[in-house]
Amino acid sequence: MTDGLSAVHEVAMSPRDHLPALQVLLPLLGAPLCFLLRKEALVSAFTVAISFACLAISMALLGQAMAGEVIVYEFGGWARPYGIEYRVDITNAFVLVVVSLVGAVVFTAGPGQARRAIPEGREYLFYSAALLCLTGLLGVTITGDVFNVFVFMEISSLSSYILIALGRERRAIMAAFSYLVMGTIGATFLLIGIGLMYQMTGTLNMVDMAQRLEAVNETRTVLVAVAFVFVGISTKLAVFPLHQWLPNAYSEAPPIVSAFLAATATKVAYYLLLRFSLGLFGAALVFDRIGVDRLLMPLSVLAMFVGSIAAIYQTDLKRVLAYSSIAQIGYMTLGLSLATEAGVAAGLVHVFNHALMKGALFLVAACVTWRMGSTKIDVMKGLGQRMPLAMAAMVVAGLALIGVPGTVGFVSKWALVSAALDQGALWLAFLIMGSSVLAVVYVWRLVEVVYFAEPEIELEAKEAPLRLLLPTWILAGLTIWFGLFSGFAVEVARAAATQLFTGLGGGL
Amino acid sequence: MIFEIFSHLPTHWHYLGCITLMMIGLYIAISRGNLVKKIMGINLFQASVILLYVSMGKVSGGTAPILIEGAESVVYSNPVPHVLMLTAIVVGVASTALGLALVVRIHEAYETVEEDEIVALDRAEDERALAVEARDEREVGAAEGSA
Repeated sequence: MTDGLSAVHEVAMSPRDHLPALQVLLPLLGAPLCFLLRKEALVSAFTVAISFACLAISMALLGQAMAGEVIVYEFGGWARPYGIEYRVDITNAFVLVVVSLVGAVVFTAGPGQARRAIPEGREYLFYSAALLCLTGLLGVTITGDVFNVFVFMEISSLSSYILIALGRERRAIMAAFSYLVMGTIGATFLLIGIGLMYQMTGTLNMVDMAQRLEAVNETRTVLVAVAFVFVGISTKLAVFPLHQWLPNAYSEAPPIVSAFLAATATKVAYYLLLRFSLGLFGAALVFDRIGVDRLLMPLSVLAMFVGSIAAIYQTDLKRVLAYSSIAQIGYMTLGLSLATEAGVAAGLVHVFNHALMKGALFLVAACVTWRMGSTKIDVMKGLGQRMPLAMAAMVVAGLALIGVPGTVGFVSKWALVSAALDQGALWLAFLIMGSSVLAVVYVWRLVEVVYFAEPEIELEAKEAPLRLLLPTWILAGLTIWFGLFSGFAVEVARAAATQLFTGLGGGL
Repeated sequence: MIFEIFSHLPTHWHYLGCITLMMIGLYIAISRGNLVKKIMGINLFQASVILLYVSMGKVSGGTAPILIEGAESVVYSNPVPHVLMLTAIVVGVASTALGLALVVRIHEAYETVEEDEIVALDRAEDERALAVEARDEREVGAAEGSA
């Protein structure tokens, strides 16, 4: 066996060839190292260094993928179908960049409000949970093995339950528990689906499986597998009727944690939905034969409206943001349900754009919590004069949420509306506009309280510490930057959608 | 179609076992208000999936997949599903442990592990907060009125 391995490694590999492995191994090894470093200053610097290294790696991978290369990394030199391989194409390189970008920026802010729930001197545990969560999300995205997807998904989920339970009030623990129940059931559904797929194909490798599934497309086992996989992933993605865990989890978690999870976890689930539906089962089976798009479209539209309307009636900033997330996930799944390249590209652009604006908004919530000890909308009265910089960031990201030209929100709404019009679905374009109007309502409500309401208690003007403010403004600034220079995201998303529709087998 | 399903029963009865167990587990997880019972339901649900995978690996007439030196044309069972389930068991243990740890914390915070009682406690807390707010507003209103 060792002879075989050394034969494979005769070709000397440069460090550049190991980038896909390092992408996941760095945070994975970093998590236990946090235990050894212990001192908070050290651990936090270490975590930030690792997450920025991940960002650099993912950008290098995206560069390679955009050059037309599909990067395949075989672990231990075992080729498909025996070994586990990482497989990076444009789609997952793009999602890797989103996840590691948000990770790097948010981790810079440190545990923030979560500090209260952590016993003195145990802050390093927060950082290791955060790094494990990053590991899981990056792993799900990069891997080319379906069982690996399940394992990494559980790594990220288990660590996110821990992070959510760190919230200020006792409700956070209950929210984490409900998420655990829903999340575990969802992941187990995915596991059943993967099992049925394995049963029909005898392989776990995605490319191999995609090729072999074509022959057994018509069997009932595969149809059942599609159902299990879709329900499982939809639970994680919080597609409309399966979204109940999300508002509690995101609003009770410490704001820093919500900023990270809202901007990454659902995005990775959306990537999985694309990968399984277009890459593995294939558009012919999922759209033409089963008609998943006909189910997904009304659900997405419902999510857009139910989420936005619920957001209008919330009394807590974090809850507004959580419900608005459900609506925004609706835009993403709507893109997929159009079943066209333009639609999927619009969904992918929104993955990137929503990560930026929702990350920025939850970081604003972190600033508010730091200053006022709560994110109730009532306590935010008149904060515009007291924390001008943080509140300006909220306005910028809020405008992006509405989809005002010049922000990233406009780019994704434009892409989505033109994809709908390509299909001749004028009514759908109107519905998208209609839900944007609802976004105006809930964002304006925040702006009104912050700038035009009289504060109940006198407070001196004092900004949040730079450590919180800087990440907030990095993300808020990026929402404008990529709104003005939208070429990057749109171009990558289009290329990714084209590659997705050629299928995994065709992309070889 | 119903008869078709029944005709498979003699050869595929193990699926019936898996699905029964799966549904019992899922039902417990959904219907029980006791958080510990919810965890047990999820455990049962996961165990049924483990059985599903393991039964997949069985090849009729196959023996344990340990290489027999020199023997020709031996049928081995497929070991891969078993190995996958080793990982799934580890994942299951981890999520059960974390779930129970959360239950302990919930019990410390709420002094109950019944979901309906916890919901009632949260609601009472909300109503108290609202009542305090309303009283404050009345007081402010009264102060303005007297002034």
